[in-house]
Amino acid sequence: MNYSLITLEILAVLLGLTVLLADLWVSPSSRKALGLGLVAALGCLLAFAVGSLAPQSGSAFSGLFVVDDLARYFKGFFIFAALAVVVMAVDFAPKFGAGLSEFFALTVFALVGMLFAASANDLVLLFVSLELITVTFFVLNSFQRTRLASLEAGVKYLILGGVSSAFMVFGIALIFGTANSTNFSVLFAKQKELSQSALFLMGLLLVLVGLGFKMAAVPFQMWAPDVYQGSPAPATAFLAVGSKAAGFVLLIRLLVGTVPQITTEWHRLFVVMSGATILFGSLCAIPQRNLKRLMGYSSIANAGYLLLGIVAGSAAGSTAILYYLGGYAFTVLAAFTVISAIANHVESDDISALSGLGQRSPFLAAVLTMAIVSLAGIPPMAGFFGKVLLLKSVLDVAAGHPELYALIAVAVVGVVISLYYYFGVIRAIYWGGQSSNLSTIPVSLATRVVLVACVAGILVLGIFPQGLLKIADQAVAGLSHSSTPAAHKAAH
Amino acid sequence: MDSLTSVILAPVITAVLLLLIPGNFRVVLRLAAILGSAWTAWTAVALFSRFHAGQEGLQFESLVPWVTVGSVNLAYHVGADGLNIGLILVTGLVGFAAVLVSWNIERHVKLFYVLLMLMIAGAMGAFASLDLFFFYFFNELALVPTFIMIGVWGRGEDRNWAAFKITLYLTLGALTALVGLIAFYVAAGANSLDVTVLKAHLATHPLPASTQTWIFPLIVFGFATLVGLFPFHSWAPVGYAAAPTATAMMHAGILKKAGLYAILRVAIPLMPDGAHRWLPVVAVLAVGNLLHCAWVALRQKDLNLLIGNSSLAHMGFAFLGIASLTVIGVTGTVLVMVAHALLAGLSFALSGYLETQTGTLDMTRMGGLLRRMPFYGTAMIMGFMASCGLPGFANFAGEATVLFGSWKSLPWLVIIAAWSGLVIGAVAMLRALRAVLQGPEKPEFSRVSDTDYWRRLPFVMLLSAMVLFGVSPGILTSRIEPAAKAVVAAHRTPSQAGESKAQPAAIPAAATATPGHSGH
Repeated sequence: MNYSLITLEILAVLLGLTVLLADLWVSPSSRKALGLGLVAALGCLLAFAVGSLAPQSGSAFSGLFVVDDLARYFKGFFIFAALAVVVMAVDFAPKFGAGLSEFFALTVFALVGMLFAASANDLVLLFVSLELITVTFFVLNSFQRTRLASLEAGVKYLILGGVSSAFMVFGIALIFGTANSTNFSVLFAKQKELSQSALFLMGLLLVLVGLGFKMAAVPFQMWAPDVYQGSPAPATAFLAVGSKAAGFVLLIRLLVGTVPQITTEWHRLFVVMSGATILFGSLCAIPQRNLKRLMGYSSIANAGYLLLGIVAGSAAGSTAILYYLGGYAFTVLAAFTVISAIANHVESDDISALSGLGQRSPFLAAVLTMAIVSLAGIPPMAGFFGKVLLLKSVLDVAAGHPELYALIAVAVVGVVISLYYYFGVIRAIYWGGQSSNLSTIPVSLATRVVLVACVAGILVLGIFPQGLLKIADQAVAGLSHSSTPAAHKAAH
Repeated sequence: MDSLTSVILAPVITAVLLLLIPGNFRVVLRLAAILGSAWTAWTAVALFSRFHAGQEGLQFESLVPWVTVGSVNLAYHVGADGLNIGLILVTGLVGFAAVLVSWNIERHVKLFYVLLMLMIAGAMGAFASLDLFFFYFFNELALVPTFIMIGVWGRGEDRNWAAFKITLYLTLGALTALVGLIAFYVAAGANSLDVTVLKAHLATHPLPASTQTWIFPLIVFGFATLVGLFPFHSWAPVGYAAAPTATAMMHAGILKKAGLYAILRVAIPLMPDGAHRWLPVVAVLAVGNLLHCAWVALRQKDLNLLIGNSSLAHMGFAFLGIASLTVIGVTGTVLVMVAHALLAGLSFALSGYLETQTGTLDMTRMGGLLRRMPFYGTAMIMGFMASCGLPGFANFAGEATVLFGSWKSLPWLVIIAAWSGLVIGAVAMLRALRAVLQGPEKPEFSRVSDTDYWRRLPFVMLLSAMVLFGVSPGILTSRIEPAAKAVVAAHRTPSQAGESKAQPAAIPAAATATPGHSGH
């Protein structure tokens, strides 16, 4: 057994425990310093995860846990997201009241769940890691104990998350019953005969319910707007980036890596899911006045765009998902950091709270504008190239499938609709309404650094995509048991 | 650094430098922007003069691989030929003029100039790019600046609505074209969006006519929306009426041409079968521009709406020239594009100055201004006469060339075009001149003053370019013609399939044999 493969996870767990213990000796006034220490530690962890000392490829725990390029890609992704979220939380501290250290520790434990999810090669580990994520988020979402909306968010997430987990367990049981195994490699080897079994397909469908909940894809998106609005901004940001990406990495492993044939046969299902998600998210976002709720709907729409890559079912589709998520992380983290900074100062996360931002804080205004433009998918931002890759991956396989052309049309319409509400935010920043208060919004140094890093990420991924695209391409090519791309393309 | 890249980077570098200057140093910001755009314009002029006329193929070419991963293969490839060298020149000139007329911007000076520089860079990049991905990339660079500029510095109560309308329309058009481009990439199978690679590849592996038939309209109507082809034009007049002067100049003058340029660069030469199937439709819609928009222009009371509509009418000529599929017609189209860029820039600069003086653009309230503003009035008369198609200005040269080129294949449309575009357009323009410049002086405008000293520079510069190209259009046509030949070359040997049978195409293939061509 090769325990060195889980070094990263062990370190992360130790980090979380250290934070909890340190809390006993750190005075309440210096808890922020504890947060900054955690940021530094996460920075080291990130350097370790993407550096050459990171665990080599291999599998452990009798194939339960794999480390490959895909896992490494997402581990780096999750650690960066956690780092940005902790920085956000340090500034957000006054609003939590008590328990700042616990917030930090829970963030790290959620990160551990995500790290395991990135390496899950078995339905059991998939379930356990998802539950770790979900359970920590129950608490993170309702962390502002005195705010009703926050508690409501936590309860909503708890109940709906519980229901989706139940579906998922049921699905796993059915799969185990028909396949005699929960290991992805075994399922991959048996997929031909399994695809004949209705019970197995039923089980797979139920597992998709659980993953759909994580990604906030229609018809499992109901929780997203309320939870996004109610949760404290750092928790929302982590939910939007980390939790969604965890859903997608598992989806890629399961659908593209393990049962590619069934994915191809089911592509109509994903076409409907993707199209409905895009339209639902885009249309419902139009009337929103609350910035976080708007981001909730935008996150639903983005889940729809990401599903385009699953519809394509090809290696190119998965690469596009990875690339898009990379850009999405920088974009959403930048947006939420700004939203959080404003909310700290103005006590509101209404769109109207942005009025006059262009004069008050040109830096924050510029960052939020760039994030919004990237979300809208306009060059030279990261979101543009990601969307191009996703559209291309679908058009690659579209010949002879009119429903795929219809999906492309839906995606285009979705982008145009989304432009309307995204640009409404830009309008609020630069010329919407009059703001009486024109004092500068204070931004801490750490936040400034995170924002600059995010903006650099958005621009670099938009203008020089080669680097990350190559990494994403390798990550997908090394998908554990995939001899799939070629065989898959031939199936079309 | 090669010269075409430097003409793209000059405004980008200027924008970055502007970001470093503190926002309250207004005069420094303005001077820096003027210097930066002058540098851009000078580089563009130098390129134009170094361009070898009459030579086929690309000049100033430069290629840098950009993304090569899996099936994604994109390159930064720039180059100039007759189709774009003129456009690069006028982008430099109009961009410089746009910066010059923005001296009176008071709020958020820094943001304004940064956005304007990005627009110039985007336009330059779009015209210089030979890789279609980069073309799209640069073209979209101007979208967000347009939106913010209309919203923050725009005029009128409706500017909010106008900002959204122009943004949504342009995006819908651009995305439609983008889907067409990606589909084209996939269908062509050349694993590249580089025009030169595609051309070489398609010469040996032509796309099936059925594929061309559905990709062509996506690309052409997508890009035509950016130009304002009837009936996808309604964003333009309201957008320009609400936009600040510099934005309207850049958009109506320069960015609109990017759509036409893409059609000439991609759709016509690379998809001949699609062109034969769809260009008759484009020709009929072009008449919509010529008739409808000219007629609408006639009814306007707001000077900006008048200019906006009349500029749409002029776009009808450009589409007509494309639809003619003759060397002369395409040459005329490029000529119209260059001339109209100067004209639209000039017209919006004129109306912008007028508004700063009178505080209104309502023509019914004006009158007798020629006496108070002799220089300005003269410039306006010259500009509007050029718009009427007065010989001696570049616009006449372009439009006449289009009409000659299209006569053989589209005689009825030429008659309509000559009547509507030139006659109705002339009436609209002359009425505007009468309303603004002539008649009794209005007491409320007694404090209006003429342009002085350096403020005359943008008008003088644009007018002299129009006269120069009007008096000796050969400067341009000698550069354009080889490229125009290359554009219609694919149509010389009409693709046999489906040509003779069934299609009641308004363009018989025989018409593509042009007078003056000696190769037959």
